[in-house]
Amino acid sequence: MTTMIAALERLRPVRRTRTTNARRRESLTALGMATPAVVLLVVFLVVPVTLAFALAFTDARLVSPTPARFVGLRNFTLLFEDPVFYKSLRNTAYFAAVVVPLQAGLALVLALLVNAKVRGVNFFRTVYFLPVVTSMVVVSLLWTFLYRQDGLVNHVISALTLGHVDGPDWLGDPSTAMPAIILMSVWQGVGFHMIIWLAGLQTIPAELYEAADLDGATRWHRFRHVTWPGLRATRTFVLVTITIAAFSLFTQIRVMTQGGPLDSTTTVVHQAVHTGYDQQQTAYAAAISLIFFVLVLSVSLVQRFLTREKD
Amino acid sequence: MTSFLKHLGGHAGRVVLALVFALPLVFMLVSSFKPDDQIFSDLGSLRAFLPVGALSLDNYTGVFERVPAARFLLNSVVISSVTVVLGLIVNSLAAFALSRMRWPGRKAVLTVVIATLIVPFETFALPLVWWVNQLPLLRVNGFHLEWTTGWMDTYQVQILPFVANAFSIFFFHQYFQSIPKEVDEAAIVDGAGWFTIYRRIVMPLSGPAIATVAILTFLPAWNSYLWPLMVVQSEELRPVMVGISYFFQLNVGWGQIMAYSSMITVPILALFVAFQRSFVNSIASTGVKG
Amino acid sequence: MVFRTRRLAGASVAVAAATALVAGCASGSGSTSGADGDTLTLWTHNAGNSAELDVVKKIIKDFNTSQSKYKVKLQAFPQSDYNSSVVAAASANKLPCLLDVDGPNVANWAWGGYLSPIDVSGSEVPLSDQLASTVGRYQDKVYGFGFYDVSLAFFARKSVLDEYGIRIPTMDKPWTKAEFDSALAKLKKSGKFEYPLEMGTGGTGEWWSYAYSPQLQSFGGDLIDRDGYKTASGTLDGKGSVAWATWFQSLVSKGYMAKKSGADPNKDFLAGKSAIQWDGSWNAAKNAEKLGDDLAIIPPVDFGNGPRIGGASWQWAMSSSCSNKDGAQAWLKFSRQTKYFVDYAKATGTLPGTEAAAKQIDGYQPGGKYNVLVQFARKYAVVRPVTPAYPYISTEFEKAAKDILSGADPKSALGQAAKDIDNNLKTNNHYSD
Repeated sequence: MTTMIAALERLRPVRRTRTTNARRRESLTALGMATPAVVLLVVFLVVPVTLAFALAFTDARLVSPTPARFVGLRNFTLLFEDPVFYKSLRNTAYFAAVVVPLQAGLALVLALLVNAKVRGVNFFRTVYFLPVVTSMVVVSLLWTFLYRQDGLVNHVISALTLGHVDGPDWLGDPSTAMPAIILMSVWQGVGFHMIIWLAGLQTIPAELYEAADLDGATRWHRFRHVTWPGLRATRTFVLVTITIAAFSLFTQIRVMTQGGPLDSTTTVVHQAVHTGYDQQQTAYAAAISLIFFVLVLSVSLVQRFLTREKD
Repeated sequence: MTSFLKHLGGHAGRVVLALVFALPLVFMLVSSFKPDDQIFSDLGSLRAFLPVGALSLDNYTGVFERVPAARFLLNSVVISSVTVVLGLIVNSLAAFALSRMRWPGRKAVLTVVIATLIVPFETFALPLVWWVNQLPLLRVNGFHLEWTTGWMDTYQVQILPFVANAFSIFFFHQYFQSIPKEVDEAAIVDGAGWFTIYRRIVMPLSGPAIATVAILTFLPAWNSYLWPLMVVQSEELRPVMVGISYFFQLNVGWGQIMAYSSMITVPILALFVAFQRSFVNSIASTGVKG
Repeated sequence: MVFRTRRLAGASVAVAAATALVAGCASGSGSTSGADGDTLTLWTHNAGNSAELDVVKKIIKDFNTSQSKYKVKLQAFPQSDYNSSVVAAASANKLPCLLDVDGPNVANWAWGGYLSPIDVSGSEVPLSDQLASTVGRYQDKVYGFGFYDVSLAFFARKSVLDEYGIRIPTMDKPWTKAEFDSALAKLKKSGKFEYPLEMGTGGTGEWWSYAYSPQLQSFGGDLIDRDGYKTASGTLDGKGSVAWATWFQSLVSKGYMAKKSGADPNKDFLAGKSAIQWDGSWNAAKNAEKLGDDLAIIPPVDFGNGPRIGGASWQWAMSSSCSNKDGAQAWLKFSRQTKYFVDYAKATGTLPGTEAAAKQIDGYQPGGKYNVLVQFARKYAVVRPVTPAYPYISTEFEKAAKDILSGADPKSALGQAAKDIDNNLKTNNHYSD
């Protein structure tokens, strides 16, 4: 600290010229540092995504003897008349609305539980993280078993209620299929966001807690006045990433229900993939993707606006 | 006494949660030693989670007969770890520039980066196939280097598209922001360049972030499935997840699927255990002062 | 300092270049074009299915040693996403010279310009000797041929049918709808079977069209009006089709059949959980081994328009981008030997594509216990609609059928599917290009 003050004093007289030079240098260095990532993102994301979006205005097919032709807004007109698309939108919103608060909250609880300095905490961290490292395809297959009418989930329900409740055919009933998928998705993903919260918790200086303890703060006060404000940056990240992941719901659906029963689990991305690959309607799928992009972007912008740094 | 009870209560909570999280995977592991018939007959009872009945390694030997598992594992290790290492460097550099430095265009780049988070890979995979096939490729032909076109059927087509990652940049960005900026100013005054600040000060303070991003990059790389099926034709270059679909034949070998899944889950778990030490030796204990 | 900045920028470019270089060196050096001179690449969907893959390997080995000009190189892909692999390769213009294709996709791929017509005249087995369903034709040209076909049949235990006084049908006198319904009612009433009928409703994808659209045809309906393949309305939602859908739905509502089968329907049947299973010929040998003489192989039900099963399985084809078509044709011709027809059928438990091959396979020869399955394929097989629109039609039918089992109104579910198919035909100019 002393060196810093001394240095500041030394610098004061030449500040103006130094600033211009330093600014220029800073910009150039920053550019150099950002270039590899930006170039890679442009080449492997922006270009192909632009190509994909351009297809939305053509009649491109997955398999076709003729090159794609421009057809204007035809795909969008068809899309807005498609009853399944509205169901997809509704289901996607439903999933996101439940999963975002549930997963973010539960993950924070877990993070607080395993941030304690007690024995065996590494073991618990690892166990809570287990579902995350297991591939979603495998997890989905596993839970398809567990959710069967005669599956383990219902056996457990029956045992807990002393045989009073017979569980439903979770994935076969339109009213329970989506809740079942929500439950499984939170189970699978929550360990990951626990880790994110944990990384955030680690940035909170221990001194702040020590000071709070000296003041005799209760646990709730500690959380309210030290932990929560300390997690501001993490909060934005968790919120934005869970939201985006929730909107992209796909793998579970593909493996477990293929959108059924009676379209109760079809989602926007599932519909895009289904129409694009299984039904070979590349252009139509591109139109769905484009709409999806616009929707999620608006939601994220609103979120960013609401969670903007207020200080 | 109350604190002891509280402690005990906290522990009980942790244990119950651990059961909820571990049981389905215990089921997977235990089933991998059982014959298919038994997996199904055990489903209805607690036996599903217990290593009882006719246990054997048959499913594992079956896996190796059906799938070149060792080769797939090796490929995935190479692909995933190269992706992680390059990703850590490239994304942390970009995030450093975005979070701690002032330059024209910073806001615009950040917005574009966050926007790229939104597009699910499946929706632009096909244009990407076409596009990577237009890219120039420098390859070894005997003792010569030669330029050709098209990246199909290589390791790099499984690596480079996934190095720059908006999630990683965003995460590093948020994390770097929580490290006080005064640190930079002090270092600059001491004559350090920006790169030195990045390498000697900010990165060493970012253990948890590096660990998190490493895991975050490793997982999708390890689990990639659709992409390698589209761009890799040689079996010698395929990664592990593609192997799963080798088991979905007319009569699905569930025991073998469980065995193979267990096999491909263990390496990531090991990685997690290794990296999660970084959470222990973290900022909180080294003590950055505001 | 400025110098350092430049160095950094330079370094990042160098890193990117070096990465590309290293990755390039590490990459496989194998050419992925259809052929490299006289070395031809061949793709098959059999990764992980060693029984069939071994036969492909054997034919390749025999071919490579039988002559010195051409060499065929194998690449195997997992079946579940084989189509994605092929489509991606086609979009990058990297199709192999030789590839296999699922029968119902032949028209789509031929229309899309993936496949080239083949000429296999002069090979040991003439095309005319084959089961009609194993030859892939589109617009009067031959694009592929298969070594085998499969057929669906009902499997049951004779003892169980006898116990409930259910007649064991024959090809001369198959079950009628009324007989079948009353048989199911009796079995259900016995209380011994939660679901007496097992039709594999847990499956996904092409299985739905393959397994159930022949029943729809037996009811007098169809997936599309086959006269010119111009419209599905009036056919897919016509009287016969709706009658099928209503019946199909009643199987679930009456508790005869599960809305969604278990993970392994055949295991459930063999364990006695279901009494009658609608399943493929590929499980015939396994069933016979377990049940012995008690096994009844039963022809499909005649719902009014004769018994029907789906035809066409995997077939071999040549890509249109193949740079060595002579070599590819040579391999195709070489492979058409009776012994390979025999090998395929033996290895996969499928129905041999020719009569000559059937004679050499125990059980499939005339009078053999599985010969009846070959007869089913010969007499009852209906090829799925030969139109480039088929992949679309098939997914629409799958969705409609699943919705119907979940309780959707049969007429409106089929009506929506027909409407969607017609829209698809219209926006694609009826695939006339």
